[in-house]
Order: sequence, then C-alpha cells, then structure tokens
Amino acid sequence: MRLKRKDLLGLEDLDAKEIELILKTAKPFKELFTRSIKKVPTLRGKTVVNLFYEPSTRTKASFELAEKRLSADVLNISVPTSSVVKGETLIDTGKTIEAMMADFVVIRHSMAGAPHLLAKEIKSSVINAGDGTHEHPTQALLDMFTMKEKKGTLKGLRVILIGDILHSRVARSNIWGLTKMGAKVTVVGPATLIPSKIEKMGVDVSYHLEEVISKADVIYTLRIQKERQKQHLFPSLREYTELYGINTARLKMMKKNVIIMHPGPMNRGIEISSDVADGPHSVITEQITNGIAIRMAILYLLSGGETRELTR
Amino acid sequence: METQQKKFLVNEKEVNRIITRMAHEIIEKNHGAKELCIIGIRTRGVYVGERLANIIKKIENVEVPVGILDITLYRDDVDSIDKQPIVKETDIPFDITNKKILLVDDVLFTGRSTRAALDAIMDFGRPKEIQLAVLIDRGHRELPIQADFVGKKVFTSLKEIVEVNLKEIDNIDQIKIVNIK
Amino acid sequence: MNLLVKGARVIDPSKKLDKKIDILIENGKIAKLSQNILSKKANVKVIDAKGKVVIPGIIDMHTHLREPGREDEETIATGTRAAAAGGVTSVVCMPNTQPVIDNQAQVELILNKAQKEGLVNVFVVGAITKASKGEELAPIGELQRAGAVAISDDGNPVMNSQIMRRALEYSKMFKLPVISHCEDLDLSKDGVMNEGYNSTILGLRGIPTESEEIMIARDIKLAQMTGGYLHIAHVSSKDSVNLIRKAKKQKIKVSCETCPHYFTLSDDAVVTFDTNTKIKPPLRTKEDIRAIKQGIKDGTIDCIATDHAPHLDMEKNQEYELAPFGIIGLETLVPLIITELVDKKVLSLPEAIKKVTINPARVLNLKKGTLSVGSNADLTIIDLNLEKTISTFMSKSKNSPFIGRKLKGFAILTMVNGKIAMQDGKISK
Repeated sequence: MRLKRKDLLGLEDLDAKEIELILKTAKPFKELFTRSIKKVPTLRGKTVVNLFYEPSTRTKASFELAEKRLSADVLNISVPTSSVVKGETLIDTGKTIEAMMADFVVIRHSMAGAPHLLAKEIKSSVINAGDGTHEHPTQALLDMFTMKEKKGTLKGLRVILIGDILHSRVARSNIWGLTKMGAKVTVVGPATLIPSKIEKMGVDVSYHLEEVISKADVIYTLRIQKERQKQHLFPSLREYTELYGINTARLKMMKKNVIIMHPGPMNRGIEISSDVADGPHSVITEQITNGIAIRMAILYLLSGGETRELTR
Repeated sequence: METQQKKFLVNEKEVNRIITRMAHEIIEKNHGAKELCIIGIRTRGVYVGERLANIIKKIENVEVPVGILDITLYRDDVDSIDKQPIVKETDIPFDITNKKILLVDDVLFTGRSTRAALDAIMDFGRPKEIQLAVLIDRGHRELPIQADFVGKKVFTSLKEIVEVNLKEIDNIDQIKIVNIK
Repeated sequence: MNLLVKGARVIDPSKKLDKKIDILIENGKIAKLSQNILSKKANVKVIDAKGKVVIPGIIDMHTHLREPGREDEETIATGTRAAAAGGVTSVVCMPNTQPVIDNQAQVELILNKAQKEGLVNVFVVGAITKASKGEELAPIGELQRAGAVAISDDGNPVMNSQIMRRALEYSKMFKLPVISHCEDLDLSKDGVMNEGYNSTILGLRGIPTESEEIMIARDIKLAQMTGGYLHIAHVSSKDSVNLIRKAKKQKIKVSCETCPHYFTLSDDAVVTFDTNTKIKPPLRTKEDIRAIKQGIKDGTIDCIATDHAPHLDMEKNQEYELAPFGIIGLETLVPLIITELVDKKVLSLPEAIKKVTINPARVLNLKKGTLSVGSNADLTIIDLNLEKTISTFMSKSKNSPFIGRKLKGFAILTMVNGKIAMQDGKISK
C-alpha cells in the first residue's frame, strides 16, 4: 500500500482511503518516539528541502524533526516575503532546488496555489506546508490523527471549528478531511469571517457559539489575527473574546469528555483562556507530538516505489 | 505474481517437531534460558518466536519474554519495492541492554532482513549477544550472515519462493516451495 | 487591385441581407453586390468563397494594444496582426497605456502609428480623467477632435460619482459615449477571482458580483440624470444584465458589451490555479453564464468584444495572486462565438454577426460594420466548418485560457479597405 501520487497538495485531492492510510501509518511512527533512539534510517540518502516563504516556527520545526528522524538530509531555505514580489520567481527557485536533486520540497507560502505551481514544474515530491488561506493538509491530518486517537473514530464525530474561517487554511483542510471521514463539522464565527457558500463544503454554519457547543465532541478553536480588525471584519478583540472565546464557563456547557484543540500559536486570553488551554480537556501539546509522526508517515508514503513522473 | 507447481516441504507435524528441536538446541547452547529474550521479526518470525518461548517454558520453566520487531523502516529498498510495505508497530516491552537476544525469523534468504533487524535492535540498546534462529534457510545470501539455529536447510532456485504458513495467521502449519512463473 | 468575392453566403445585418451573392470591390470600396458578377476586367482577382460566409469586417470595440509603454506585451503592429488573424478589421484601443491617452498628442500618436504599422483599422478611446486618476476631467472635446471615438477609464474605474456625472454630462455635447468599467474598488479590493464557493475552497480573495452591479446601477442612474451616452464594458454577471435590461426598458441611453469568456468559462476553471483565468471582472458562475447568454439573445447585450489584454508568460507564470489580470482574445473571438453561441443555438448566425459589426459601429458612431455599396471594403470570410485546436497566436502574448481547446468556425480571410490582410491564416506583410 502506498500513496499513488507525487505530491501532497491538499486534502481536497485525497480520498478517505488515502487519509486512512496516512493516519494508520503515523501510528507506528509515533511509537518510535518512546525509544531512546528516535531515529530510523528509512530516508537515508534522500534530500528534503524546506522552502519557507512565510515565517513559521512550529510547522517548520515539526517537518525538520520528522525529516531528521527518518535520516534524510535536510536543507532549510527561508525566503523573506518581501522578496517574493521582487526576487527570483517561484518557478526559478523550484528549478534550482530540483537541480540540487532534492527528493522532496516542503513549501510554505503566503499565496494560495504556490505549491501547485511548483509541483507542476518540478519532479521532486512537493508537500504543502500551508499555502495562503487555501490548505494546510499536514496540520489537518495531525488534527484528525489526534481526534481519532482520543475518540476512537472520526465517523459521526461532532467537530466545531471556531473563529476566522475565512482566512484559515487549517479550517479548509480540516473540513475536507473530516467530512470525507464521516465527521459532522460545524463552523462558528462572526458572519464577516465565514466565507461565502461554505455550506456547500458539507458543513453547518452558526454565528452563536453557545447554541452549538453542548453537542460537540471536539472543540477546535482557531487563531484570531489582530490585523483583521483593521479590515473591518470585527469591531474589537474584546468583543470577539466575549462572543467566541473558549473559557471555563463555556467548558461547563460542553460534554464531559470534550477535547479542546488549537493549531497554535495561541492568543491566550483571546480565543482561548489559559485555564482551558492548559486544562485536562486540552490536547494541544499532543497535537504537536502527533504532527511529527504524521509528517514522517507522509514522507515515508510519498517516498515509495515507482519512478516519479511529472503530473501535468 | 502467478505461481504454479507447489511442492510440499514440511507438513504440520513436522513443523512442530522442527520447532521443538530448535528449542532444545537453543537451551543446550545457552545452558538454559536465563537472560534470554526473543525478538520475532514481523510477521511470521513473531509466531515462531512465541512457540519457541512456550516450549522453552515447558522444558526449563523459565519465562522468556517475546518482543515484536517491524523492520520496514530499516529496509534498504524503500524506494525500489513495488508494493510499499505497511509500517506496523514494533513492541519490545523489555530492556535489551546486556541481554542475550534470540532473533527469530521464518525464512533466511539474502540476509538483508536480518541486517535490517540487527540495525533496529541496536537502536533499542546494547545487547550482550544476538543469536539468530530461522525455520528455513534457503541459501542465496547476499550478506555475510549465518543462523545459529536452523530448522531446515533447503536448496532453492531464485525462481522459487518459500511459503511458510503458520496456524496463528494462516490456519495451517505447512511449508511449501512455489515456482514463480 | 480589384477583388471579386464569389459564391459565398453574404450576411450583412445592417441591411438584413442573408443570401448567396457576389461582391465586387473596386478601389478599396464595395462597388457592387449582386448575383453572378462576371469578372470581365483584367485586373480583378477572384476569391472563391463557395461554402463560406462573408460578413462585414468585425469590429472589436475593446482592445488593449499596450502601445505606448508596454511594447514587450503587444504593439500596434502585433496587435493589429492578431486582429487580422482573428478576422477583426477594426480595433478600438483602450487608453490605459503608459502614459494614458488623455490628450490629443497621444491620440494622434496612436493614429499615426496605426497608419504606418497597423494592419487593420485602429480607433482610439480617450481617457475620462487625466491620467485616468479619477480626479479631473481629461480634455474631452480636444480628444474627440483628435479622433477619439469614446472615452473610458477602463482598468481604473471612476469611483467618484460626481466626476462620472460630469463626464456623462460633458461628453453628451460631443455625442461621445462613455465606456464604463464598472467596479467598486472597495468591494473588489485584493480580490483575484469571483466570490463564491470556488473562492472559498481555493482560499483566494473574492470579488463579489455586487462590485460590478453597484457601479452599473450608479452609472445607469447618472445616465438617466444627465442624458449622457453610457456604454457598459465587459458585463459578466446575471444582475448586471438585469439592471441593463431594466434601464433599456426605461429608455435610458445605455448600451453594453460582454466578452466571449463570460459566456464560455465559469469560475470552475480557476481551480487549477491557471493564471490565464485571472481577469477583471472575474469569471463568474454557470448561472451567470446562462444569464449572459439570455442577455445576448434578448438584445440586452448589444455587442461582443474581446477585452484583449496581452501579458507576458513571465508575468502570468507565477503565483495566482501575483499574476496580472487579463487574457488575449482577438484570435479566439470568432470561433468562440460560432462554437458557444451559434452552434449551441443561442443566436442565429446573422444575430451573432450583428453583435460584432453594426452594433459596435452604432455605439461608437463608426462608418463601419456594413457592406453597403460605397463603404470601405472591410470584410471577413468565415469557414463555419473549420475546426482547430487553439495553440499558437499572432499576438505577442499567449495568455489565453483557451489553449488546447478545440473550436469550430474560424475566419479564413480578412480584408481591410479592399486589401487582404489575412488569408488562410497567413498574414500579409
């Protein structure tokens, strides 16, 4: 069994079986973390380039650890956003990396579709580590892995995504993945941050957090960015917290075995209060650990077999 | 893969006899079974290992722990095998440092699986000694690896496959040689 | 040389003509239309057009020739060659060049250059405001006297309603139409595609149809108020069509155009992040396509224009958000009309031809778009059965979303002022 694809660009493209395979493969990788030597020789001699056009701490660290634990050679290239417009084009950068015989390119970019453009042009496997407000497939996979680990199954699971859905690639990838795996997803947030026609993705929409939280098995709250206030998307952070913040009072309205998730980095006291973030329902730190296992599984599954062909 | 011409090598009774004999040899060579730990290579090495441990317990009344080793991540052919193997968990619930490890596999062929298993075990700790037990040694080694305990030596052609069936997973104990067409 | 086009089905909607008839061209003018003209004179070249359709030369009332300023993308020479290749005999070029065509010198420059280097007729649209900044009116009277046939701030919509009002009022004196690129820039800010399901799943910033419709509604009210001549450029949405239909019922002086891509492609085409689907207004939904076709059919939409907007490969071959807006269209205009409108029975052939000949001529008061005796011999011969897969272009740029698409019905001969500009795909020198 293997992923019959060159690239991992988004969960929109994957079917339930492929998602299942990735989640299943991540399990033995997680087991590796209990060993004193956490490294295996699987990708020895392979080269992975982490091409980051956007600052990222956790995703980059997670990928780098995953790559190193698989014994791949890792090269990090960080391109400041300012030079995206002026500097070398993405395709030229991609061609340069390809000429260095990279087997994988992990790309994070501030613009939707950048990984797709790269994947069309180069033979290396391209893994999307977040493109603009489009997709963040590895994050959603680690989230689903965490939910499955905690809840046993994704089928019928009630997941509530809270916050800035409009600008969230994490939300989009989770919606694709979770709906394909049979979970019931509700998105909650101010009307200005719910994108047009999102119901067509198979989710319910609510503007009122307290009307929906009692049914949730998983509460997934997203980072709210201050800049959005300037774009007239909500009046103030204070009002946002009042309407959509997850705190102890709201936790009491939820199921006893609810789990609380966040993709990080958190704005403590804004979308989530510290006591909830650090409390017994929170699985936020486990998400981070699981992220490494998921990324190892993806690298392993994309490394297999047949010679790679350009997909275009 | 199409196969034809199955040749029976060993039947059910003989499988048991072979494993029993191997258990005796293991005890003899190790002067008992103290400090001995068994690590079976997934999938069928695990069952052979468990059977050996059971027989050893009957004879010596010593509980030999059995661990499970998945060598997928240590293989040297990750990107050349057609069907990428599914990675499964490794479960070695004991500390291997300073232990005598009996590594168990069903068939010894090129020696590459054993090499991968040795590397994997070394990542778990520093055993005092590693011994190798296999049910079938079919020759064609590509690495300088020999087994300490061999159930049966068989001379095979490269066009043949040695198929080991064990009750635990295949509902029957038997060993066959199958021709690849 | 005199020419005789023989054996064709001649369609001239300006005269409600549709029959098998021969056309004699003498001294660059249409000399005679009648059955079985015999070529007695020695210097008559006969063009056998049996089985083909002859129509008045096509007018593209919305072209970006990019000269001056962006000659790397297109020039008057290459743009008019692309026009000839597509069967277009007159192009009307937009003023958003660098510098903007906002004074008589600029208009004259284009017209002079077109005289020398152009292969087809070139008409010029002047700017509404100085440098198309939307702040002060350009010298509209001067522009017209220099030859401008309309005014427009295409690409830089006039956001200030007061200035738009004054433009409509002032230009009315000269019977000069105001071509309005309707876009509320606040609503479309940072948007790169239609706002809807596809923008949601792609995570690309959307441009709502309201950005277009609000400005159409505003401009219609201003046209009603001022009595000015309003022409709405590149109509793309359902409610835009509805607004214009209603205005026409109220006898407000408003005309409009759409482009082939708005009746051919929906925003589903964006999902591959192909930057050749990035245009303004953006590709809308299938529902909008249906409404555009309905508007074309019932006459709400008067004209079909290309909005030919050349961009370089290197500009288009980058991240979707970074790529410029616009696609080329001169060489795909005819086959898209035939394939998408005529073959799909949205329009009859004569109705379709009307939208690219006499209708744009009337909007812009051009003495074009007709085969009347005595008029300049601009004509296009179309082979309705010719099938081709779109691959190469005469245009300097190749930014077309139709590359690889198989289309039917191509121009096989373009005649401008009695001279053959293109025959069987070959451009005359």
